Parts: sequence; C-alpha cells; structure tokens
Amino acid sequence: MGALEQLPQLAVYGVVSGSIITLGAVGLSLTYSILRFSNFSHGDLMTTGAYMGLGFLWLFQGLLPGRWAPLSFGPALLPALALAMVGNAGLAIVVDRLVFRRLRRAKPVLLLMAAVGVAFVLRNLVLFGAQSDPLYYSRRIQRALVLGGIRIKADQLFVIGVALLAVLALHLFLRYTKTGKAMRAMADNPDLAQVSGINTERVVIWTWALGAALAALAGILSGIENKLITPELGWQTLLPLFAAVILGGIGSPYGAMLGGMTIGLAEEVSTAFISTSYKPAVAFGVLVVMLLVRPQGLLGRR
Amino acid sequence: MPLLEATGIRSGYGDMEVLHGVDVHLEAGELVTIIGPNGAGKSTLLKTIFGLLKAHAGVVRLAGRDITGTPPHRIVHWGMCYVPQVDNVFPSLTVEENLEMGAFILRGRLAPRLERVYSLFPALAARRRQRVGKMSGGERQMVAMGRALMLDPKVLLLDEPTAALAPNLVEQVFQSILAIKDSGVAILMVEQNARHSLSISDRGYVLVDGRNRCHGTGQQLLQDEEIGRMFLGG
Repeated sequence: MGALEQLPQLAVYGVVSGSIITLGAVGLSLTYSILRFSNFSHGDLMTTGAYMGLGFLWLFQGLLPGRWAPLSFGPALLPALALAMVGNAGLAIVVDRLVFRRLRRAKPVLLLMAAVGVAFVLRNLVLFGAQSDPLYYSRRIQRALVLGGIRIKADQLFVIGVALLAVLALHLFLRYTKTGKAMRAMADNPDLAQVSGINTERVVIWTWALGAALAALAGILSGIENKLITPELGWQTLLPLFAAVILGGIGSPYGAMLGGMTIGLAEEVSTAFISTSYKPAVAFGVLVVMLLVRPQGLLGRR
Repeated sequence: MPLLEATGIRSGYGDMEVLHGVDVHLEAGELVTIIGPNGAGKSTLLKTIFGLLKAHAGVVRLAGRDITGTPPHRIVHWGMCYVPQVDNVFPSLTVEENLEMGAFILRGRLAPRLERVYSLFPALAARRRQRVGKMSGGERQMVAMGRALMLDPKVLLLDEPTAALAPNLVEQVFQSILAIKDSGVAILMVEQNARHSLSISDRGYVLVDGRNRCHGTGQQLLQDEEIGRMFLGG
C-alpha cells in the first residue's frame, strides 16, 4: 500500500494518540499557567495514574467481572478510572505540600529542578512497587472494526470518546464555575487575584488536582491503547507533551488541546514516510519549527 | 474616629526605606488625594496600608480595628479594596467575570452588586460579555474600579487612576470617581494629575521624600503659592 492510501488510516491512529497527548498536555499547561513553571514531573504523574488505575482494575475485577465486547475491558474499569483519578490528584497535592509549596516564591529554574527531582522519585517509587517488567491492561488480541474502509478498534473509539468528554468537562469547568474562573484569573494576573481576595492557595490545590486527574486518565488510556504499561511510560511521553503545550501556546489550555491533537497526527502520519522509530524526532521537529516561526504558539498571546 | 488612619508609617522595599513616618487619615464619605513628586512614596503608602508591603513601623487602623500587617486577601473582608496603578484587570476574562472575581469571597447571588456597578459605569453594562484585554484604557480603568467595588467597600484605595489615559478619558474617570464617592464610598487616591484631582477632593496631602510636607483642603492646597509652583505647574 502506498503512503498516500495509508493517510486516512494513520490520521485515525493520530487522533487516538493525540487524544492521550492532549489529556496530558492540558494538565501540564494548567500547572504552567497557574504555578508558572515547567513541571517536568507531569509525565510521571501519568505513570503513577496508570499504575493506580491498573491496581484498582485488578481489585474491582473480582467484584465486577465480565467484559463489554468488543471492548477489551468491562465494568470494573469505571470505578478504577475514577479512583485512580482521585488518588493521583491526592498524590499531586501531597507532592505540592512536601516540595513545591515551599518554593512558591522561588525562581522558576529552581522549581524546574525540583520538578525533575520529583519526576525521578515518582518513577522510582513505581519501579520499587511494580518492578520494571511491563504490566498488562489486557492480553486479549482485539479484532479491529472496519468503518468506511478504515480499521479502528473498539478500545480506540473509547479512548477518543473519553478524551473528548474530559476536555469538554474541563472546558465547562473553566468557563462556568467560580473556581474555574478564578483559575483563569490567576493565570492572567496572580497579584490582582490576591488583591481581589481570591484564595490563591486553594486555586493552586485545584490546579494540581485537575492536572493530576487528567494525567491519570491519560496514563490509563495509554495502557488501554498499548495494552501494557511500564515505569517509563510518562517520562517517554514528556517530549510530546511539551511539544503540544508549546505548539498550542504556553499556558493556554485550549492551545494544549489543539497542540496535542497536532502532535499526535504529525507523529502517526510521519510513519507513512519515515521509520516509526523517528516518532519522537517528529514531535521535536514540530517543536523546533514552531519556536522559530511562531514562538508564542498557535493560540498564545504576545 | 477616622474611618481609615495610618500613623507613623515607615516602610519600603527590602532594606530601602521609602516612607519615613507618614500620617494620613480618611473620614467616612471623604475623597482625599495624595500628591507629590515621583519617588515621594505615594504608591508605597497605599501598598503598605493595603498590606502588600510590610510596615517597618507605624499603625494602620480601619474603622478602629488594627489591620497593620494583615494580608490583602484578609483586608478585603474588613471593607477596604484597592485598585493598582497597572495590571489592574484580568485581560482574558470578560467584564462580568472580572467583576465576579472582585466578589470571590462572597457566596450567593451577585446580580444586585453587578447591577450596582453597571449603574455606576453604564458603558460597561453593554459590554459585559466582552473580554477586557480588547478594551480601551478608560474602559479598563472602569472595570478595575468596578471589580474593587463589588464587595461594597467602605474604603477604596486608588493608585493613579488616570495614569496613561488620554485627556478626554481623564475627565471621564474623575467623573466616575465622584460618582463612587456620592454612592457613599470613602476614597483615598494617589494622583499625578494634581490640579485636577485636588479640585474634586475634600482634602489633600503633599508627600515629599517619604514625609508629610503639608496637608489641607483641596482648595487650600490649590491656592498655596509654593505648592502651585512645585507641583501644579505654576
């Protein structure tokens, strides 16, 4: 099959991986815009979320057995998803208390180094608890559905659907709730937020909770899509996450959605022309071109 | 008892002391202007009163309550709000969202408060869904003051509300300030536009080098020859 005939199929794969990248990138963008540093531990929050999700999945499989064919999982996934999101939010809040809160007024570069340290600690905690061998969300070989000549697995439709719902929910939260508006206000002007009487520490906690919950979701969806997870999962995703955030415009959650989808598509479509092993290079290439051509990003201001 | 009283204020940035013992007070319903040359410490005084800067010495009382060193997000609960000179709006939020942020500490319906602000600034009412970042300097200043009025404060602190505004807008902003005063809010403001602001003020203070230079009614200061020569351009 020639490269061009492959394109629609690859575009579908791009949307699937773009959905996962988007969920990670949106959280990274939120923490960037409100806490004002590049959180290098965000990828590893995806990892902790993915492992929590799998742990809860095993726990609930006894209570809620069965499988929703043609999906590779059954009802046990739903409570596992919810609890992993809550658990990961809690983990991020604890990390904030222990590390980042002490550095609230520190220079961004210090926070960045602290985040790299947190990333190592989180990854090694996962390694310590779960060993380095991959763990499986599912070992079942799934037959793809054929829709209009394009092959897509039911799990992949689920990934896209859940990502869409999560992004929509986040949009409604930011647009219409008091806390969501305060988050946008604080991203705009933290000093004025404080002067207005906004409880900025509470906004920070919400930011961590939302970012980590979305990271858990991204990690679990990645486990479902790839069948397996490893302790390196999030660290390996970090480059596409940053590429997506910078592409969309640093600090703009809507830009991160756009950037995530673009990076996912670019990575998958590139495999029609170059070897799959260059996928990370494609994300990096898009990032470099963007920084040269439009450093403020697609939706960034200034 | 004055509504707001700052006595013996010493304050500054780090080791650098800018204010060397300043006294000001504000009675209920008054409009008081602080003028003085650049670097006199006018903005520093407002920031210290509002708890953005720590006073090295001195006491700030609001309605008899000692609020020295209280952080801003607590002070707003006691009925005093502040409009900074620059960056005083949330540009990516709409007009109405900016106003809502001013009342963040309140629970429940904001509609009556919003309507009150819109009646003070009718120009904003028609643009409540518009993003503030795309609005003119004069409109932004109205949004900034509107945000600070959402808590229905007893005292409003304004830091150079007409700085960087076109002359026709300056008049408009002063009219708004008078309207706010007429609604019963006491205002302490810092202004570069000395002649104009003193002419609408009940009283004024002249601050030089971090010390009180003189103090009187707006008219007294306007007619004082020395002050006229020094600050009012002849």
